[in-house]
Amino acid sequence: MSRTGKNHKRLDGFQRLLLLFVICMVVLLGYIIWSTPGSKPVLTGAVAQMQEYSGVESPVTAVLLNFRGYDTLLEVMVLLLAVIGTWSLTEAFFPVQRSEISPVQMGAVRLLAPVMCLVAAYLVWQGSHLAGGAFQGGAILGAAGVLMLVTELPALRTIPVLPLRIGLVFGPLFFAGIALICLLFTGDLLGYPKGAGGWLILLIETACAISIGLTLALLFAGGRPDKEFIWKNNP
Amino acid sequence: MITTLIYSLTGLILFGMGFFTLIIHSHPLRKILAVNVMSTGVFLILVATAYIPLGEGEIDPVPHAMVLTGIVVSVSVTALALILACRIQETSNSSLPGRKQQGEVPEESIR
Repeated sequence: MSRTGKNHKRLDGFQRLLLLFVICMVVLLGYIIWSTPGSKPVLTGAVAQMQEYSGVESPVTAVLLNFRGYDTLLEVMVLLLAVIGTWSLTEAFFPVQRSEISPVQMGAVRLLAPVMCLVAAYLVWQGSHLAGGAFQGGAILGAAGVLMLVTELPALRTIPVLPLRIGLVFGPLFFAGIALICLLFTGDLLGYPKGAGGWLILLIETACAISIGLTLALLFAGGRPDKEFIWKNNP
Repeated sequence: MITTLIYSLTGLILFGMGFFTLIIHSHPLRKILAVNVMSTGVFLILVATAYIPLGEGEIDPVPHAMVLTGIVVSVSVTALALILACRIQETSNSSLPGRKQQGEVPEESIR
């Protein structure tokens, strides 16, 4: 049809010029990458040196939640901001249940959702010594939420709004609270007291994983809960 | 060395493709996808520079942590951009640029 015809359209003058420019840029950048001497990691030594003080064995987790914990704190806030933006723009659209959910789909959700929660918890716990952590666990939790959203479970319509809001801010506030408490006790923002780093990181990761999972699922739902729904629950 | 180079150049080509699409297409969805392809290319380059062959030392955790942060930020940016694009289409009378007019289904029949 017309779409396939459109795809075969020849490029006009400006687009050819742009193509030439992009190719030149890629070639130039490729030459830079090629001529850069073999990567000599500068910070590996520094991280390895401080590893034992971080309280965790995985270097990536140590960087994320201890040495550069400030970045991660702001990153969690970015996720929260995205949900706030989404909620202030549109309402989530839940179609009225037209037919019964097929038993196969229902069975799959019943089997998969608990396993996904278990895997998420395992990933968060694993973050202290191997690859894993709050974001990986949160992504699995979010996927479980998306699975339930696409199944259009009727139970999802009856979730009150307040717990959702509390769940969204729980992780970021917990993280910020720990950061402030550390500021009071040790004088540094997110400067964990000696020996307490390990379990503090695990607590923060657990709280953040729950919030991140909820955030991702709500971003997929694409908007705040129905208005009539809020009225019904907050008369 | 050669592994790093292959991954870096692949990331670079992805970045170039995304950049080209970002400029020549006017439809917001294509722009959002283009930015995602560009960011994937950048993540690939960053992870590739941190690559060290097995047994030749520890990995460099700092680029890994940066990429993890970047992925999360790009996910939230994509979600917000998609909602904004939907919102533009809902509130504007004309359809989005770069889209055929006659094949358009009226708004009410979709919702």
